[in-house]
Order: sequence, then structure tokens, then C-alpha cells
Amino acid sequence: MEVYFDNSATTRVLDSVRDIVVKTMTEDYANAAAKHRRGMEAEQYIREARAEIAKTMKVSEKEILFTSGGSESNNLALIGGALANQRIGKHIISTNVEHPSVYNPLAALEDMGFEVTFLPVDQDGHISLQELQDAVREDTVLVSVMYVNNEVGFVEPVEEISRVIRGKNPRTLFHVDGIQAYGKYVIRPKKQGIDLLSVSGHKIHGPKGVGFLYIRDGVKLKPMIYGGGQQSNLRSGTENVPGVAGLGVAAKEMYRDHEAKILHLLGLKDYLIDRMEELDGTVVNSKKGRESAPQIVSVSFEGVRSEVLLHALEEKGIYVSSGSACSAHHPGISGTLKGIGVHQRLLESTVRFSFGMFNTKDEIDYCMDVLKEILPVLRRYKRM
Amino acid sequence: MVYQSFLIKYAEIGTKGKNRYLFEDALIHQIKNALKRVDGSFVASKESGRIYVQAISEYDYDEVIEALQRVFGIAWICPMLQIQDKDFENLKKTLVSYVDEVYPDKNFTFKVESRRADKQYPVHSEQMNRDLGEVILKAFPETKVNVHKPDVLLRVEVRKVVNLYSLMIPGPGGMPVGTNGKAMLLLSGGIDSPVAGYMIAKRGVKIDAVYFHAPPYTSERAKQKVVDLAKQVARYSGPIPLHVVNFTDIQLYIYDKCPHEELTILMRRYMMRIAQEIAEKNGGLALITGESIGQVASQTVQSLASTNEVCFMPVFRPLIGFDKQEIVDISQKIGTFETSIQPYEDCCTIFVAKHPVIKPNLERIRKSEEHLEEKIQEMVQTAIETAEMIWCDEG
Repeated sequence: MEVYFDNSATTRVLDSVRDIVVKTMTEDYANAAAKHRRGMEAEQYIREARAEIAKTMKVSEKEILFTSGGSESNNLALIGGALANQRIGKHIISTNVEHPSVYNPLAALEDMGFEVTFLPVDQDGHISLQELQDAVREDTVLVSVMYVNNEVGFVEPVEEISRVIRGKNPRTLFHVDGIQAYGKYVIRPKKQGIDLLSVSGHKIHGPKGVGFLYIRDGVKLKPMIYGGGQQSNLRSGTENVPGVAGLGVAAKEMYRDHEAKILHLLGLKDYLIDRMEELDGTVVNSKKGRESAPQIVSVSFEGVRSEVLLHALEEKGIYVSSGSACSAHHPGISGTLKGIGVHQRLLESTVRFSFGMFNTKDEIDYCMDVLKEILPVLRRYKRM
Repeated sequence: MVYQSFLIKYAEIGTKGKNRYLFEDALIHQIKNALKRVDGSFVASKESGRIYVQAISEYDYDEVIEALQRVFGIAWICPMLQIQDKDFENLKKTLVSYVDEVYPDKNFTFKVESRRADKQYPVHSEQMNRDLGEVILKAFPETKVNVHKPDVLLRVEVRKVVNLYSLMIPGPGGMPVGTNGKAMLLLSGGIDSPVAGYMIAKRGVKIDAVYFHAPPYTSERAKQKVVDLAKQVARYSGPIPLHVVNFTDIQLYIYDKCPHEELTILMRRYMMRIAQEIAEKNGGLALITGESIGQVASQTVQSLASTNEVCFMPVFRPLIGFDKQEIVDISQKIGTFETSIQPYEDCCTIFVAKHPVIKPNLERIRKSEEHLEEKIQEMVQTAIETAEMIWCDEG
């Protein structure tokens, strides 16, 4: 049996996504900017995708900018946003549980003379609104917070965060890394007060190498890629028609019958969390129900190194992810797990199970059988 | 400058007496192999005690030099001009344009050294040296003649055609692979073992390799890293058959039965035994390891003696007296360093004790192995029989 529980890393594309990708690669393959009819036909796919995506968030089509994925969206929002709005000031606020594609652009901005305040999180993964309020200043140009944490699945109160920022400095831009949230939550940027929102295609059963950045009308960004002036000069480069078309189909599909899809994921999550109680020495770091993301379950297994458990599961056809890439020589301890106060001895023993639309309860049953079989063996042989 | 051919100079193999032709043939074979992957057609041949590589199509000069610089046995590579029109006036003209193009900075001293294999040639060597030298001095007044220690030694050989060369590009030295039997390299994925393999291959030894895989404690990526390293060494040594041995069961069995601080030593003794058996089956005559005295607990003299005890084959440890930095330098030179430092767990570290024995007592180690008697022979045989062979050729 092959069980893919690593959907927060990437997902299998939907058949309908595959079909449109193939079609735009083999039939409607013209350059969307070409003046001839075939070019216009290709452009239609982009228009449709843009319209579908705008609809999922009730925003305007022109507020969607296609990118090469989540990392580019985050980079453009942060660096492009900070550089274009420097007159507001050179202070940025973020949290200390961000993804590297947020953390590293911020580090680059620090090198460029920006000052970044990183807010800590409590054991539920939330930043303190009071601390945020204290941190926002006259010269705060940007606040960046992740919507759903990728390692544990905790959810930041985006709307309240926005309200606090607005209350203190209405000029400050609010960027949300929505890469693990889009498709799982109904996101309404206007209502929630989001200025910039990053999304990736391959986390929602779409293709890799494509994503988008929602840019609230009126928000100025400095482009990071210059060239032929596509997408209103903000992001040059021949439009990725297959990727964008696939992303459009995936977005539409994820928000069709949305509640049923979320219930499917929540069902899987709660079932796995319940069944974890059958195992000794496990600590579930994620929460049941709607308190944390429906697709992510982080579990620490006492006395087992996550990488070894990952490979032992792999031998049985089960694919998960370890909280951190580590080896004896290079322990790369997760900032998120540390941030939410996971015990020191469990930091290197944490594994993430993440679900997608293709997963079933049977797969969880199989996974539990395997865990019961291998955990005692793994716990018996360990580094001395 | 387009050179039509390269004169290949070899060092040690010139000294092998009656067996010399074997070495020369092996070198030609290796040169042909190396040039197979280079764009263009070439003929490598032996002619009156010399090896020539002749280009018979267009080629990329840098690519050819790079390929030849990886062929063990080559001491020098001399890019050579072959002048068809042997007329002395033409020769002078060609020499001047050669010097002009190859040496843009004319502030050098030189000497012309002519040889006349074609005794019919109207100008004899001494005269040629003088006349050709004069032509250069006249064309480039900044140059000077120095017959004892010239910066540039211009060699002119009159044969069926006139050969002209002065550049000498160093080769890797050593002896052609295939002239010195075959040995089994214990390849771990670290910095040392690929360097050890390179150094023994350089002495003309054909290399097989063995890797001990311990899933789930070591990953598929760790194995891929070893395959990548074997391919990188294969750029010098020729294709390497890599035997991947599943070592997990043996490791866990030792863990269960023996004192933990002896685990590494015991493990290494079984690795040597397994490597040796696979080598024997495949015609290998020795083992190669990347050990260096004192680098880690399992490489103290006592530990080395203890692992060596189980070997009936000679064990080559070319790095034994090297410091880490010296090994790193070679690994950077041969291009294995970047791969070696990828952070994947290898099977020697997964269960390593906090305080492993550093001076293992042979008596005690042998005693410990007695605890394994019940199943170990069978496990070793299974490991050998189930080993997977991966053919690692340069990419």
C-alpha cells in the first residue's frame, strides 16, 4: 500500500488539472502575448484562471498577479513592498515562526538597512496582539504574518491582527503568507484587511512552478523581474499558460463544495489524532477540529528520531515529513516547534502528517498498524 | 591556435623494461576511453616509443585537455603543430606566427631545440637551431636567447611532417588503470574514502567499491550520494561496480549482543570481512580504506590493528599519514568535496556510543564476537548474497 501523507510539502494534481495542463502544452500552446488568434486563445486561459481565483476571494481580477510560486510571491510582497513604500519608514514586523521564504527575504532587507522586529508566539502558536500593538510604529512599513503554520498547523487571527495594525498605523502594509491556508480557508482579503496574500499552486492539487500574489488595488510594489512588461510591468516573463490554467482549475475545484472538502480533511485529522492515543509516548502538537488547520497533524514520538521514523515508514510505503532536516552532524531544529514550546527532547522526534483530497481513513488505519509494528523496534535501538 | 595533435609524455611507465608495451597499450586504451566522451574524433597511437593523440575533426581544446588530465599515466600533454609543408622558409614563417600567438607577452627567454629524424632534410639540426632562433629574435626584439634555462623551449622535430611544440601541460601522473590488478574500496560517503580510491586508482589499480546501507537509519539520499561519489571517482578510474550491502540486521544484532562501546569496532570488522568476500568473488586482490591515523576513535592504531586482524588481503590505506586538511585539498582538486559534505547520516554514526573504545583490546573484541556466533555467519552470507550492484560510470 502506498500512502502519501506529505501534502503540505506538495500534492498530486487533480486529473482535471493535468488535462488542462496537457491541453495548453500540446494544443493551445501559443504565447499569450502574441497578436494572432492563437495567442488570444492562449490568453483566454489566463483570463479564466484569473477570474476563477478572484471569485474564490471576492476580489477584483486585476488584483491577482501570477508568479512562479509561493517563494516568489513572498519575495515580491516583502522586498517589492518594502522598497516601494520606504517613504513610510524602514521598520518591518514579523514572527519567529515564519517559513524560510519569508524569513530570508526579511534577512535580505535587514542587510539593505531595514529593521525587522520578530514577535514570539505562545504555546498555541499565536502572537500576542498586545505585543503587536506595542511593536507597530510610525515608521512601520510592513507587517508579515503566516496564516497557517506549515509545521504544526496553527492559525493566526489574521483579521484581528489587521485591526490592531490599522488602529496604530493605517499606512502600514499587511502581508499574509497564505500558502498553507488558501484552499483550506475561505479567505476574504477585503473583509480581513489583507493587503498582500501569497499563494502557491502545488499545495492545492495544482501544478508546481506557479502561484499568485493578491495585491490590494492601490498597493505599490517594486518589480523584482524586469523584461517584456507582462502583467502590467509588475512581473515580466512569458506567461506560464499551462501553470496558470492548472492553478485556475485547482482553485475552482478546491472551493467547489468547499465545506464538504474541509470536513473530509478534518475527519482525517481528528481520526488520526484520536487514534494516536493508542500509542504510548506520543505527543500530538496540533489541535483537533477547527482550532488548527484541517490538513496538518504534527506528532512527537518520544525516543525515536524523526528521520529514522520517516525512513522506517517509507519502507512500508508511507510518506511523511520530519519537522526538520537533521542528522547527527547537522541538527536543524525547527524554530516553530521551539517557538511553541515543544520539549527539548522531542524536537528531533517530531513528524508531520499532512492530508490532501486523495487520502482516506483506510490509509490512516494502515499507518497506525505500521506505527504499532515499528515503534517498539525503533525505540529499542537508539543512539547511545 | 588550432593544434592538430597532442604528444603524450609518460613518466614511470617508461621504466618498465620488457613489459613496457603492456603499459603503453593500457595507456592508449585509457586515453581512447577518456576521449570517447569528448566531442570530435581522435586517433591515439604509439609511434617509435611515443604516444600521439591526433584530432581528425574539429574539437574543443579545453575539453580535450581536461579529459586527458584525468588519464593516469600521463605526465605531460604537449599540444603540437604539425606542419605539412616542410620547406624551411615556410617553417620559419610558421614558427614566428606560432610564437606570436601562443606567447602574447614577448618578454621571455627561449631556446630552439631541433631534431632531424628525416636525415634527408637539407638543413641540419645545429643550423636549424641558429636560423630559427635568429628569425624569432628579429621578429620579436624583446625576446632573448637562453640556452641553459629558457622560459620557453621550442621543439622542432623533422619527421614525415614537422612537429612544433613548446607548451607542456601537466597530466595527473601515476600509471594507467588496469596495469596493477583490482582492489575493493570501502566507500562511505565521507570526504576520505573517495580520495583513497582516487589515489589507489592513480597507481594503475582497477577499483570496485562497497557501500554499507542501513535503512531506515540511513536514507535513499545517502545511498544516492555514494553513487554520485563513485561516479565522480570513475571519471579518473574508469567505471566502478558499486556493491550496496544492506547492513542493518548485522548492526542491530551486534547492538543486541555486545557492549555498546565496542559497536563501531565490531561493525568495522564485519565490514572488512564482507568487503573482502565480495572482493574475492570479483577478482579483487586488496581492500582500500580512507583511514587516517587518529582521525576518529575507530582509527587509532589500536583500532586499526583490531579491524586489520580480520583481513587476509592487504589493506591499502593511502591516507594513513595525511592530515584532514591535506585530504580535503585533494578532494577539492578531484571534485568530490562538495558531494562529500552533503549532510546525510552514514551507517557508522547512527548508533555510535558516547564514549567508544579508543584502545580496543583484541582479546576482548574476540570475546565479544563469540556472543554473535549463533547467527552472524548466516547474516553475513545473506548480506553478501543480497548485495545490489550499481554500475557507476562518469555521468
